[in-house]
Amino acid sequence: MSDSHSIAPNTASAETAGPLKTADGKPLKVALARAQARSRRRAFLLVAPLLLFVVITFVVPIFQLLAQSVNDPSFSRAAPNMVEWFAQNPDAEPDEAAYAALVADLVEMKKNRTAADAGTRINYELSGSRSLFTSAARSADRMEAPFMEAMLDKDEKWGDPMLWQVMRGASTGFTINFYLAALDMTRDAEGNIIAAPEDRQIYVKLFIRTFVLSALIMLTTFILGFPVAHLLAVLPMRTSNLLMILVLLPFWTSLLVRTTAWIALLQREGVINSLLVSVGVIGEDGRLSMIYNQAGTVIAMTHILLPFMILPLYSVMRPIPPSYVRAARSLGATSFTAFWRVYFPQTVPGIAAGGLLVFILAVGYYITPALVGGASGQLISNLIAFHMNDSYNWSLASALAALLLFAVLVLYWLYDRMIGIDRMKLG
Amino acid sequence: MAKAGNDAAFVEFERVQKSYDGETLVVKDLNLSMPKGEFLTMLGPSGSGKTTCLMMLAGFETATHGAIRLNGKSINDIPPHKRGIGMVFQNYALFPHMSVAENLAFPLEVRNIGKSDREAKVKRALDMVQMGTFGSRRPAQLSGGQQQRVALARALVFEPELVLMDEPLGALDKQLREHMQFEITRLAHDLGITTVYVTHDQTEALTMSDRVAVFNDGVIQQLAPPDALYEAPVNSFVAQFIGENNKLPGKVEEIKDGRALVRLDSGELIDATPVNVDGVGSKTLVSIRPERVEFKPDLIPEGAHTIEAQVLESIYMGDSFRTRLRVAGSDNFIMKSRNASGQTRLSAGEKITIGWSPRDARALDPL
Repeated sequence: MSDSHSIAPNTASAETAGPLKTADGKPLKVALARAQARSRRRAFLLVAPLLLFVVITFVVPIFQLLAQSVNDPSFSRAAPNMVEWFAQNPDAEPDEAAYAALVADLVEMKKNRTAADAGTRINYELSGSRSLFTSAARSADRMEAPFMEAMLDKDEKWGDPMLWQVMRGASTGFTINFYLAALDMTRDAEGNIIAAPEDRQIYVKLFIRTFVLSALIMLTTFILGFPVAHLLAVLPMRTSNLLMILVLLPFWTSLLVRTTAWIALLQREGVINSLLVSVGVIGEDGRLSMIYNQAGTVIAMTHILLPFMILPLYSVMRPIPPSYVRAARSLGATSFTAFWRVYFPQTVPGIAAGGLLVFILAVGYYITPALVGGASGQLISNLIAFHMNDSYNWSLASALAALLLFAVLVLYWLYDRMIGIDRMKLG
Repeated sequence: MAKAGNDAAFVEFERVQKSYDGETLVVKDLNLSMPKGEFLTMLGPSGSGKTTCLMMLAGFETATHGAIRLNGKSINDIPPHKRGIGMVFQNYALFPHMSVAENLAFPLEVRNIGKSDREAKVKRALDMVQMGTFGSRRPAQLSGGQQQRVALARALVFEPELVLMDEPLGALDKQLREHMQFEITRLAHDLGITTVYVTHDQTEALTMSDRVAVFNDGVIQQLAPPDALYEAPVNSFVAQFIGENNKLPGKVEEIKDGRALVRLDSGELIDATPVNVDGVGSKTLVSIRPERVEFKPDLIPEGAHTIEAQVLESIYMGDSFRTRLRVAGSDNFIMKSRNASGQTRLSAGEKITIGWSPRDARALDPL
């Protein structure tokens, strides 16, 4: 007994002297790390499959996309001689040597069947260039010096300074021109950044439309979802679980079916218009166009994204005890004041979470606007899909997607600054 | 403080009934009248209708039938925010997104009281509950006892004449609860506020109230000051609900000079005071408090009937001994003896003779 008493003060002084040690003198931190290493290894092994999956299917593609948006080597790879000439002659007008390099490359392109690819790359920035390359490549091996004359004889567009400017830009592979294009800008013959011609400015407008419509969809889901979530939160558990199935039902129905159902409802000869005509609210020629335009996009997407607003709201509202509002009422607040000053502020984390969720989902939505958006209801994602599937301008698609990603990240950051991401509650 | 006289009733329930489903009554024909300044506790098991009564008074539930009057005016149709009744909730219901001071200012703001006036009142109310320095804190940063004080201050800050408290101390630990019981009664009496207090804790009810209304099954079983409730319960439910109680079933054999002779089911004959029996021959349940049971012959009054008992267990409780006895076929008869100097300590197996003053044995309804 007396021994243990005499030891106690010693260990106490050792604690104050330096880092803690275990009973046999090893540093406590080392011993702790060793003791936990095994379980940490096992935990890591458990999450490793998911980690691998996420890296392969998510992280890698995103970096590929970002790389693609600033790099398209299809011209620079096919035209090594041109690349060399551009590197040696910065700011120089194309001379005989340049045309010689061009012809040599065209000969190679014909052999390797890369003329179309290279032409497509130039065509992105100067339309009509693709055929210029393919036809020149066909006859390149028959050309003789002086090549400048021969090329201009073949087609005088080869003397266009704009073409040479574009080729110079493409010669490095790396370029910000796709981002310029995505922001409705282009380069003039001298390489200065200028606004694209009026009739070709589509992307910025589309970005703005995407964000405005997404905000509108967020607002409509909030206005429709808030009372529903409140009802679900105050009803007895049994009833609210039943109603919750109705909220979740859209989740379990095919997206395509839901969207098509809206077409049946909203089209000019559809259910709603026919109903309105039959009760005489509108005339036969006054049928409303509610689909294949922005209204269609907003209506269908509000429906599809509504659960994403209701669920976070519900999860925030459910644990708010009714005694808060009762307390406010007993303290003299009218039911509106009690709602606005006591209940509503407590639902803000849910509103924030639902709002952010709906907005981000809406910004990237593709299938619904493609089906019911018509021309005016298309969002930026539809254009990205167009460049991926139809025009094969993957770099521009990547640039647009990267800008979208960047804008969402900025919004997320703003949101964190204004509301605080830790206040968000997804349920 | 108890005002026995029937001076103008401040709070009045008249033939109030409440049903939630149209099939069963939660509150059955409630009549209750409270004078100004009284501290009345509604005590009862859960589901007895006490909270429903409180909610009807606060205006969160409507009476299915009958009238509730405040200061002589019927408040049946007055919405809760116009009743001017302060209320303390079970979970305090402090608004989590407001600071303590904002919580207190809330009832003043909705009454359009000016800023300087508001601040003075908030400060005074916080000082009153010794929370003067906590104004800028959030409720989540306070301990349970501090939240309780703030909730109390918030219910009082707009100077209501009537304050309702719904099991306000339920979440506190024992020591804090006892301290707050004292504070609440002190405040209520100092400020002259009429208080209706709901609890299921009988100690709380006995120590705090001027009068206690014992609820069961939607009916007030007994409405009386605490001592009367304990000493003179009018029926078996109250006797059982308030304090510890021994029950001996039997039949009334004779009633004479305010005394009843009861033949227990096991055959023994005991004395009791007839309180709630129909007459000779009727079944009864005799109730005796454990601390009124004696086993020393000199403490048993002259002429009282005694009864044989066997000690099953004797528990040392510090200030007292708690002895479990087998009496009249029941193994659950409890006797509580003060640990006075010279007290005999009984041991299991001992056979003793117990008795009591007939005054302390009450013949009640057979449940």
